[in-house]
Amino acid sequence: MSDPKNTFSLDGHEVPVTAGQTILQAAEASGSWIPTLCHHPEFEPHGSCRVCTVKLNGRTVSACTTPVRAGDVVELDTEELKGLRQNLVQFLFTEGNHFCPSCEQSGDCRLQAVGYALGVTGGHYNPLFPSRRVDASHPDVLLELNRCILCELCVRASAQVDKKDIFALSGRGIDKQLVVNAESGRLADTNLALSDKALSVCPVGAILKKRQGFLVPIGKRTYDERSIRERDLDRAKEDPQ
Amino acid sequence: MSDPICRDLSDILRRHHQDPTRLIQILHDVMAVEGWISKTTITELSRALGLPRGQVEGVVGFYSFFLPEPSGQFRVLFSDNITDEHQGSRALLRTLAEALEVEPGQVRADGRVKIGLTSCTGLCDQGPALLVKGRAIGRLTPERLSVIAGLIESNTPIEQWPPDLFHVESHFWRRDLLLSTPCDPGAAMRALEARGSAATMAELGRSDLRGRGGAGFNTAAKWTACAAAPGPERYIVCNADEGEPGTFKDRELLAHYAHQVIEGMTIAARLVSAQRGFLYLRAEYQFLIAPLLAAFAERRSQGLLGPNILGISGFDFDIELHLGAGAYVCGEESALLESLEGKRGIPRNRPPYPVTHGYLNKPTVLNNVETFLAAAQIALHGAEWFCAVGTPKSRGTKILSVAGDVERPGTYEFPFGTTIRAILDEAGAKGVQAVQVSGPAGMLLSASELDRKLAFEDVPSAGSVMAFDQSRDLLGVTQNFVRFFAHESCGFCTPCRVGTTLNRQRMDRIVSGHGTRHDVEDLESVARLMRASSHCGLGHFAANPVVDLLRKFRPKVDRRLASLEVLPSFDLDAALGPARELTGRDDAGAHLSEEGP
Ligand SMILES: Cc1cc2nc3c(=O)[nH]c(=O)nc-3n(C[C@H](O)[C@H](O)[C@H](O)COP(=O)(O)O)c2cc1C
Ligand code: SF4
Ligand code: SF4
Repeated sequence: MSDPKNTFSLDGHEVPVTAGQTILQAAEASGSWIPTLCHHPEFEPHGSCRVCTVKLNGRTVSACTTPVRAGDVVELDTEELKGLRQNLVQFLFTEGNHFCPSCEQSGDCRLQAVGYALGVTGGHYNPLFPSRRVDASHPDVLLELNRCILCELCVRASAQVDKKDIFALSGRGIDKQLVVNAESGRLADTNLALSDKALSVCPVGAILKKRQGFLVPIGKRTYDERSIRERDLDRAKEDPQ
Repeated sequence: MSDPICRDLSDILRRHHQDPTRLIQILHDVMAVEGWISKTTITELSRALGLPRGQVEGVVGFYSFFLPEPSGQFRVLFSDNITDEHQGSRALLRTLAEALEVEPGQVRADGRVKIGLTSCTGLCDQGPALLVKGRAIGRLTPERLSVIAGLIESNTPIEQWPPDLFHVESHFWRRDLLLSTPCDPGAAMRALEARGSAATMAELGRSDLRGRGGAGFNTAAKWTACAAAPGPERYIVCNADEGEPGTFKDRELLAHYAHQVIEGMTIAARLVSAQRGFLYLRAEYQFLIAPLLAAFAERRSQGLLGPNILGISGFDFDIELHLGAGAYVCGEESALLESLEGKRGIPRNRPPYPVTHGYLNKPTVLNNVETFLAAAQIALHGAEWFCAVGTPKSRGTKILSVAGDVERPGTYEFPFGTTIRAILDEAGAKGVQAVQVSGPAGMLLSASELDRKLAFEDVPSAGSVMAFDQSRDLLGVTQNFVRFFAHESCGFCTPCRVGTTLNRQRMDRIVSGHGTRHDVEDLESVARLMRASSHCGLGHFAANPVVDLLRKFRPKVDRRLASLEVLPSFDLDAALGPARELTGRDDAGAHLSEEGP
């Protein structure tokens, strides 16, 4: 089991690794959870949210993008790294406008669930209160940019799976924003369909199907029943990469 | 109701062969014709280039010099480097705004002019400086500004402005090994052919030349890895983005040593078997376009560029000029490659590195201007010649841009190992309080550290040395740098996107006398986070100014805090700002005075 040739150290435990695995994949396969927000197992690792930051042989890296090799030493749940991940989640709350109690996504939201799992109890940094758009033009879909965390999953899904390129990013730095592929800037003027993959990958409540927000009562939602840690690890077990 | 499409769009597209990798060059041409880029132009461009519309919109939105709305016939941008600020750029900006009766940041009602700020334009040796319609004007004085105001008021086409306004001076104060040894066009390439490719690569290896753009990676190792990468196509890219505030040595090298730089690129092409090269020039250096194109043409006519170089069949290599568009992050090598491909300048995930997956995912050698110049000289004169100066870990010399409070701002070549004090003495610095080496991303040295040495192993520099005398407010310096990073963060990763803005807010509060110890603690935690978890070097280094200030000048910070204990994160007076603006009042009665302790 602990043949040094095909294991690496994860917080002091020897964990098996196969060639080409990322730190995230190897950790999940061994039952260790690493929080992620911009990651989705069906897409290329992105490495933008940085919530999966770990230390590899003493250097901080994103676990989703970095390959691991036998003999490597990975630190995951040190006090320093836990604090760092909490701060990153606080940054994401700070830069958007998130009012969970009135949000349709509450209970189904990865940002909220990761926040709970990491013990984020408050924003700490003063909120930036950005002025962002809500686009309700589409008959079936609401675009609520106040809650967008810029993970680009919808951009990637629309380009790679739906082949429609409905979403893109514009602006730079703190003014970066999601835009849609229409001269009017309105979702209604795109060829978005309810079956698009781009609609199902949003980890937060930024892209919502209309008239479905409260079909499942609060208390019975995705992360109410089973924690995000358990759900992510279940998924990894069903679909080993 | 709908916006006009750019008048010359079909000509522009034809000129660029409808090539989507040339999108940024195309957008520059649209800007030159219209002064902005309309929604309908974006739609039309995306159709013609076969790109998603959102992608074209995203590129327009990424680069500072592309404007999605009309921004005046004359757009005037004052360089916002700290040296410009210290030379009075803010007062000059107000002078011009008053002369033209326009509010900074707003288009004048008749659409004639808009005045604003831009990141360092690289004329720190002749500041304060500005760009008007993208063209650089240095050595600003009230007199020169009144000439400019007159020309704008009379709507004189920029082509008819007096040429001396645009004259960029050159100040080489010290030449050493690289800049004083002649290297005639073709000489280094002939030396390569005489010595042979393998022996030349070995010579480069023995010289231990390390990259001059900041990271200090071994050049021979980079070129060898690229040569070994599989595939028939390879590229050579010269990084002339020079965006680090306070740095202008590449501007001087391209203006006066272009042949040696091009020669270095051609040698790289020979050694790694590349056929195409790019010189990625920051748009602020528009005045270098014509001379660089002339140098390319001259070398083609001499058989030093193009097909069958030096008459050797199969030695084909040519170079294209690409312009940046106002994005500091595009100096980062993988962001630069994205930009060369016509995209938003977002740094890539690495590995893989550019030597195997560079431009269009093909093996690519990417180096700084000065690195190519040094490589040419090493090919000609050999490793021993190069290693005669410097330190064991930092061979040769470094070319520096010295600016700030010195009598002789300009370009200096010094052997590695020279003390910072010797550099400042030669430039005529008096009463030094602190010196910023290698720009905002580098380090702030206090007066007690001036005997440290310029070297990769001690004080590395990508080129900039800025001196601050006793009269300067170091908190203001840090505020300027923090503002720069907030403006230039690409926004890809959470820590840098949010952290640069949080730091800017806190430095603004502290400098204006509203800061508390809580703000200082935040600065420290944000800095740790950005260093540890950012995706690229910009985020890793963006908190350096704050960290150095707090570590080396903490008493100055504490003295400025409004309170060491309480946490007034709400500034009452600032909150009245919009009301003042609406009522057009700015008198004492429209302000809440908050007496600090
Ligand atoms: C934010 C950022 C900006 C940079 N800007 C420049 C630049 O303007 N010019 C440059 O040569 N290198 C710049 N670099 C370094 C490049 O990424 C790269 O290391 C360098 O161009 C490689 O060439 P060299 O090995 O010859 O130094 C920058 C790096 C970062 C992270
Ligand atoms: S998107 Fe998530 S974090 Fe944001 S308000 Fe909704 S539930 Fe809360
Ligand atoms: S560190 Fe800053 S500049 Fe670099 S990728 Fe992240 S957001 Fe972009």
